[in-house]
Amino acid sequence: MIKVEGLTKRYARKVAVDNISFEVTKGQIVGFLGPNGAGKTTTMRVLTCFLPPTSGSAQVAGFDVVEQPMEVKKRIGYLPESPPVYPEMEVHEYLEFVGRIKGVASQDLARRVAEVSEKCAISDVSKTLIGKLSKGYRQRVGLAQAIIHNPDVLILDEPTAGLDPHQIIETRDLIKNLAARGEHTIILSTHILPEVEATCERVIIIARGRLVATDTVENLTSRLRGAETVAVEVAPSNGAPLDAGTVQRRLEQVAGVSRVLPKEHRDDRLHFTVESLEGRHIRPGLAKAVVEGGWHLNELHGVGLSLEEIFLQLTASPEDARQAAAIAGTAPVEEKPSDSAGDQK
Amino acid sequence: MNTITIARKELNSYFRSPIAYGVIAFFALIAGYFFYASVVFFVRRGIESTMMGQSMPMDVNEYVVRPLFSNISVIALFLIPMITMRLFAEEKRTGTIELLVTSPLSDLSIIMGKWLAALALYIVMLAVSAVSMASLFLYGSPDWRPLLAGYLGLFLMGAALLSIGTYISTLTKNQIVAGVATFAVCLMLWILNWVTEFDTSMVYRVLGYIAITSHLDSFGKGVLDLKDIVYYLSVIFIGLFLTARSLESLRWRA
Repeated sequence: MIKVEGLTKRYARKVAVDNISFEVTKGQIVGFLGPNGAGKTTTMRVLTCFLPPTSGSAQVAGFDVVEQPMEVKKRIGYLPESPPVYPEMEVHEYLEFVGRIKGVASQDLARRVAEVSEKCAISDVSKTLIGKLSKGYRQRVGLAQAIIHNPDVLILDEPTAGLDPHQIIETRDLIKNLAARGEHTIILSTHILPEVEATCERVIIIARGRLVATDTVENLTSRLRGAETVAVEVAPSNGAPLDAGTVQRRLEQVAGVSRVLPKEHRDDRLHFTVESLEGRHIRPGLAKAVVEGGWHLNELHGVGLSLEEIFLQLTASPEDARQAAAIAGTAPVEEKPSDSAGDQK
Repeated sequence: MNTITIARKELNSYFRSPIAYGVIAFFALIAGYFFYASVVFFVRRGIESTMMGQSMPMDVNEYVVRPLFSNISVIALFLIPMITMRLFAEEKRTGTIELLVTSPLSDLSIIMGKWLAALALYIVMLAVSAVSMASLFLYGSPDWRPLLAGYLGLFLMGAALLSIGTYISTLTKNQIVAGVATFAVCLMLWILNWVTEFDTSMVYRVLGYIAITSHLDSFGKGVLDLKDIVYYLSVIFIGLFLTARSLESLRWRA
């Protein structure tokens, strides 16, 4: 449905997108992931015929964005980062206007407006001025606008940016519902990793204008699976304060553990991050060790198999990793040796 | 078809914001005052000449209609920037331009839609002054041909300035900047008219030709001069052509 080959976009001074190639098949929902300024928006703008590529080609539904932009535009619904709404219009007027300019036949217009209002849960505000709507509602009007002409391809630029947690969940559900019907091929960009895990089947990761990885969420995870990382919280059982060193030594003795990293200890509870050797399950052993030591096991859960770690490993350079860490909102669990990260590229 | 959709949307937003009402009210006030002043002057002169025993009939067209047209043209110079300043600047600021440009619309239909909407508001504004003109027919018998020609001239002049304003509005995200720049251009084109009074060398004659109001005089006299009509049509064409180029280049700079 979407085919991008060797796409490069150069602005006067900097290269925004550098030789990116990927393909998206019909009905897929793909996450476009990368730090801010990685070239996500630029790529999307090329796909929507807003910007011409400097070199390379992009095809949507078999039509080239440079050769046949009109055909491409008819088949694309686009929600830019800030919803392109006119505050002085009422919601239904706005949707009718967009329907008209997107080429919806006038006898179908009222029906389509009602349908998309229903889908995006904005029927109750159809007579309200868009300027008076909350940001969440405005975002939904933006989505309704993008699907009014029932496009084959839906391109959403950071659809959940600036929404509150409740609205984020609503918007994600909405996107998943659109995808579930299989009518639309969806590309959504985001810099929030859990969003991709929550909504997408495939991930395209870009950093500094370059394609870093493209794969399914499961494959990416399993590709990097191997060692398991487990967070452990230990508390004293009889009020006597624990000695961090003793507990750490005890955990290190568990079969399959490669190393134990003490984290910040709060009150009298101790926190550790424990890493296993390749392919070993260490959680039962850890639990047993703590209980046999006469302590309370407050918490034991696997961490570090999320996209966050993958992302950190894939965005190779130290600078990228720092950026990625800032985005993920977590510090890297450990310093990755830069050579192994380089292999992924 | 798309042009009409865009034009309707633009007209709607004119009349939902204070712009349309402000422009029309301001115009009605100033144009109304000038009309009143010239009618009073005309009547007083008429009484005076009768008292002095002159039997030469006075011409309403010469004393009321023509000065009013030239006044209206100057008022329009001030109001046209207000009509065009938001056309593209506002869409660029809010990002809605992305919606228009990524829709299956030709650039031409976007530009024509916006320009025609601006022109429609301008015509509504001119129509207000037609009410005063009509009242002349109630109490006198002015020649209607120069009147129609005068309105045609104002229409062409407005269309030309609006196309320049539309172009300037594509250059910035800030509608105030667009408005001030358009006003500066309008003012320049008006002032050029004055230089022709000092000198008749080649340079000044060229400058005089560029001046926008100098081409109105013949219309006010009821003369349709091809030279003047061609002048206005070329300015309209240049303005809209530049707008199209500017909209196109937006995609390279965005």
